[in-house]
Amino acid sequence: MSAHTIRRETPRTAEETAKLLHDCAADAIAVRIEGAGTKSWGHPGADCGVRLRTGGLDTIVEHNAGDLTAVLQPGVTLRELDETLAGAGQMLALDVPLGAGDAATVGGAIAAADSGPLRHRYGAPRDLVLGVTAALSDGTLAHAGGKVIKNVAGYDLAKLFCGSYGTLGAIVELAVRLHPRPPAQVTATGTTDDPAELAAAASMLAHCKLELQSLDVRWEESHGVVLARFGGVAAAEQAAGAQGLLAEAGLQAAVEEDDEALWAAQRAGQRSAEGGAVVRVSGRATQLEQVCVAARVAGATLVGRAALGVSWIALPPAAPGELVQSIARVRNVLAPSPCVVLDAPAYVRTHLDPWDHPEDATLVLMRRVKQRFDSTATCNPAIFVGGI
Amino acid sequence: MPAPAVAMNPPSATRSDPASAHVTPALVERLRAVCGPGHVYTDADQLRTYESDGLLQYKVTPGVVVLPASTAEVRAVVRACWAAGVPWVARGAGSGLSGGALPVEQGVLIALTRMRAVLEVDLPNQRIVVQPGVTNAEVSLAVGPSHFYPPDPSSQIVCSIGGNVAENSGGAHCFKYGFTTNYVTGLEIVLSDGEVVTLGGKELDHPGYDLLGTFVGSEGTLGICTAVTLRVIPVPEMVRTMVAFFDTTSQAGEAVSEIVSGGVIPGAIEMMDNLTIQAAEKAVGAGFPTDVGAALIVELDGSKVECETLLDDVVAICERNGSLSIRIAQDDADRAAIWKTRKAAFAAMGRIAPNYYVQDGVIPRTMLPEVLARIAQLGDEYGMRVANVFHAGDGNLHPLVLYDGEAQAERAEELAGRIVEACVDAGGSITGEHGVGVDKKRYMPRMFDEPDLAAFQMLRCAFDPRGLANPGKLMPTPRLCGEVPGPYRRHPLERDGVAERF
Repeated sequence: MSAHTIRRETPRTAEETAKLLHDCAADAIAVRIEGAGTKSWGHPGADCGVRLRTGGLDTIVEHNAGDLTAVLQPGVTLRELDETLAGAGQMLALDVPLGAGDAATVGGAIAAADSGPLRHRYGAPRDLVLGVTAALSDGTLAHAGGKVIKNVAGYDLAKLFCGSYGTLGAIVELAVRLHPRPPAQVTATGTTDDPAELAAAASMLAHCKLELQSLDVRWEESHGVVLARFGGVAAAEQAAGAQGLLAEAGLQAAVEEDDEALWAAQRAGQRSAEGGAVVRVSGRATQLEQVCVAARVAGATLVGRAALGVSWIALPPAAPGELVQSIARVRNVLAPSPCVVLDAPAYVRTHLDPWDHPEDATLVLMRRVKQRFDSTATCNPAIFVGGI
Repeated sequence: MPAPAVAMNPPSATRSDPASAHVTPALVERLRAVCGPGHVYTDADQLRTYESDGLLQYKVTPGVVVLPASTAEVRAVVRACWAAGVPWVARGAGSGLSGGALPVEQGVLIALTRMRAVLEVDLPNQRIVVQPGVTNAEVSLAVGPSHFYPPDPSSQIVCSIGGNVAENSGGAHCFKYGFTTNYVTGLEIVLSDGEVVTLGGKELDHPGYDLLGTFVGSEGTLGICTAVTLRVIPVPEMVRTMVAFFDTTSQAGEAVSEIVSGGVIPGAIEMMDNLTIQAAEKAVGAGFPTDVGAALIVELDGSKVECETLLDDVVAICERNGSLSIRIAQDDADRAAIWKTRKAAFAAMGRIAPNYYVQDGVIPRTMLPEVLARIAQLGDEYGMRVANVFHAGDGNLHPLVLYDGEAQAERAEELAGRIVEACVDAGGSITGEHGVGVDKKRYMPRMFDEPDLAAFQMLRCAFDPRGLANPGKLMPTPRLCGEVPGPYRRHPLERDGVAERF
């Protein structure tokens, strides 16, 4: 289908969204569901007749400051949300890269299960989402979870929709848990040119008794940095403690009180420049040295959540054929750890599987879930794992 | 603990369920061949042991009880059930409080108590891999003293990890540390057709749907987990525990709000009302004053410097909100005494009433004064006393309806039901940690509309199309799966308004 025949829709209510999906399903029209479109990840996917953007659903429905919860429509931008919550000294602990024009939406970040450095302490989208309402391709609006922090009534479909890339339906409302904004933040850093020393220092901090906000690493060209961020009443004392530990471990240690730029760079490291590619590695914490070496060999930049084992390898811009080969080499070295390609030119996402395959039995079960929720394959067809 | 009176009828759903074939002698023989004759029970006396879980008012006798010892045996047992079309219920330690492990009449009960091996401790990666029968407390023991496993339900000495996964168990420390679902990174599960499926692993962010997140808390209706990979975390440098006493629960509630909104996330923050204090003090004798309206237990953990600073802040907040006295634990024994008083609260109710009914509801924390007033009003209306224990940080309320003898049991349960409705009306949930099971399924329509329940059923059918796994639980009414519907398509003529379908 040529581009000019794609119909653009921005429904303004949950009901309109459900009706649109239902009508498209009935007419066998595939729908591309998007937030602000800042993340083109996964398979390029099947041609879609309708492009559904959630920008018409952009209301902060509730901010229950006393309960540290909020109810949001998916098209609310993370930037607007953060400005609103900051007024009450609170935050949604989802500090992902915001994309061009800071356009990233809360629905998009959650549907892609994106995460940032705060994940170390506060968890991933799955740990922050309390409830979800989704429009399904059968025209219904299904709701699961609630808006309280603790709740075990019914199946946890909120987690199913986190990271589902819009392949099960369109998220039309989310209830999320908020956290108090830490009053002061200070970062201890340790620099070294030895990946083994970097990994050992990061591991030491991951197991130490200090309470960290974030624990990241970075590898760039010939050197690496461990970044340990602290917040709250004792931030400065704890950062000084971490500085001491990093120095003892043989790194060149420092404390940075004005640390916002450091962390902005960590977030930016999860995205690639135009013409480059990003591989997200789901590794084990003890693989960090190996992942650093893989990044160095590929001439790439690495940022990683040291205690969580999740890293992003950003390959510099290159000819698409070379990117495909570089990605294959990274995967070979790090197998069987799943390596998922995020940012990448369409050529790359066509010439290799951006998803690392789950086991066959797991994939069969995922297909069955897709069939039950979207039996007409209307929602974001063929972009997900195994061509779901 | 006095046994609650047996007053309830067996749940009606067990008979009318889609999967209704019964255990046959041939199936029993097959199970004996799989697990060995010593691990298959059919005698009435043996079956009776399994007729209830922790919620004793429900009793159903299974057709057979089988105790597999490995993933392969679980798989063979489940396959035999699939072939015979017989429903089954998986059971851990049987300490659940919603009837989630209540057997299906004439069905198979699969007890996982023989699968108690710790398979791997991987401290460098902060992971442990265990079989489902390992108890919650054994996990922390296996990774201690440097690390621990945060979810700590009050039954942690006996309850099993498999049961914790099924119920998404919480505990006193979950406001800060989260629930079971935040700690399970990998599962090996057996589906009802006998397929063994791996979800997640030691690594995070495995590609594909987060089936791990949907399986945890699914109350045994999606399959049986046979191996569980858990995240464990370093033990905090310091723990400080204190209890503040107030004239009223509202004052204590105000203190909680101020603590939390000030940015302090205590390791635990628990409230007990006057009736609960009286009962628990009689049982434990930790020296809590019995003439106060509320006790607020606050535990801070983390780095030493942070704990010390925050403890001063919390004390100041309690004083500002009118606390009568504050006791700060000076040593481990003192801390243990405070926690013993809190954890004994349920069992101690026997000291002030012959029977009690434990409710489990959740409210937005700020609604506490309104909801407690409503509970008191309902108690007056029914002429019954209600004691309250409260996980104050996350709004999880455990009202205990006190009553005397079988004659009052039905009314007590009715009152407990009105309380849970008050929680939903306040914007909360019918259950925070005990699960829906058979006990709460009738309240599900209070929280969920028909399209919501239909979406739940879509998930269920993807995992268990024949409805053999723990039927009659969680969903308010039995449902069949049917085939995946073929897509309805409008004919182009119909779409263009040229023709209509009649």
